[in-house]
Amino acid sequence: MVSLQQRSRPIAKNVGRLTRTQLYTKRGLFKGQKKGVAPQKEAQAESKTKTVGGAKNGGQRQVPTTKARAFYPSEDVAVPTKARKAQRPTKLRESITPGTVLILLAGRFRGKRVVFLKQLNSGLLLVTGPFKVNGVPLRRVNQAYVIATSTKVNVGAVDSSKLNDAYFAKPAVKNATKEEAFFGDKVEKKQYPAEKAQEQKNVDKAILAEIKKVDGLTKYLNASFGLSRGEFPHELKF
Amino acid sequence: MSSQTFNRYVEVGRVVLVNQGADSGKLAVIAEILDHNRAIVEGPTTGVKRQAIAFRRVNLTPYVLKNLPRGAGPTVVKKHFEAADIAGKWAASSWAKKLAAVERRKQTSDFERFQVMLLKKQRRSVGNLNLAKAKKANKA
Repeated sequence: MVSLQQRSRPIAKNVGRLTRTQLYTKRGLFKGQKKGVAPQKEAQAESKTKTVGGAKNGGQRQVPTTKARAFYPSEDVAVPTKARKAQRPTKLRESITPGTVLILLAGRFRGKRVVFLKQLNSGLLLVTGPFKVNGVPLRRVNQAYVIATSTKVNVGAVDSSKLNDAYFAKPAVKNATKEEAFFGDKVEKKQYPAEKAQEQKNVDKAILAEIKKVDGLTKYLNASFGLSRGEFPHELKF
Repeated sequence: MSSQTFNRYVEVGRVVLVNQGADSGKLAVIAEILDHNRAIVEGPTTGVKRQAIAFRRVNLTPYVLKNLPRGAGPTVVKKHFEAADIAGKWAASSWAKKLAAVERRKQTSDFERFQVMLLKKQRRSVGNLNLAKAKKANKA
């Protein structure tokens, strides 16, 4: 039965006086189980005596075993708190698997239907138009800005091993001096790197072959997504 | 009222289509009429449990189980329901087909909707072409 000495004396049936946290604190569970006693370290002497040369130096001197710090900052520097949460890889939505046709919802290519290839280490999705069909290049997108459709393209033959986050990093560019920028000297039109264009072609080749097999799929990927009157995205099945 | 004004009546043995709630879209049979608003219905093979249901929650179908005794139990209702082949007649009716078509349209995927759009476009173009031809022929 309930005793009055109980830590969390009930205030009503099945309702304790203390919350779960308060009870936890009182019971001291956070201390964990004690596992033996750590061996005590031998106390070091604070200072030791040293013999010193020189007639006027008194022969001996007390020298601290650990030196005092030579430098103290004049102002307190805030130490960033240590992160206690582990970084976990982004979870891919279940409806998105390699080959899924996605509808892009944001950015330059919003409304375009693209083919999903794989998830990169950064958690972003690697997609391609294919470029020839709808002008969407190899591109990274966040899965939050995407609708996954139930349409799938077989991308088993696609080799996307060369594609990673580093592939999409911008090359370091030396800033033009103000003068150059002002007078417009040395302004060259940026060329799309040839190796990237080639990689695009390599990846798209297998996908294009697969798309051609299904009637109307090329047209579908070429068309933009939009809602017409009476269509509501939450009621639609994709 | 002449018999032509109404030809479906609330009566014992009338097959109804439930149009609300969990049993929506299922057939049931009126076993007994309770009052002006409610009847006891049962769908012996369609999964509608025996229950009192308001008439505003059902639609009357053209099918009636003749000779179904008033207040008949599950076995008897089932026997009559199967003997009259209501399920088969219902499946073949245009009403059921329309309902099925609506349901199918709701389930279409994005790609399927696109294909429908393409086919509709095709149909339109054929129709317009024929119309233009006919007009030309009429003028001449």
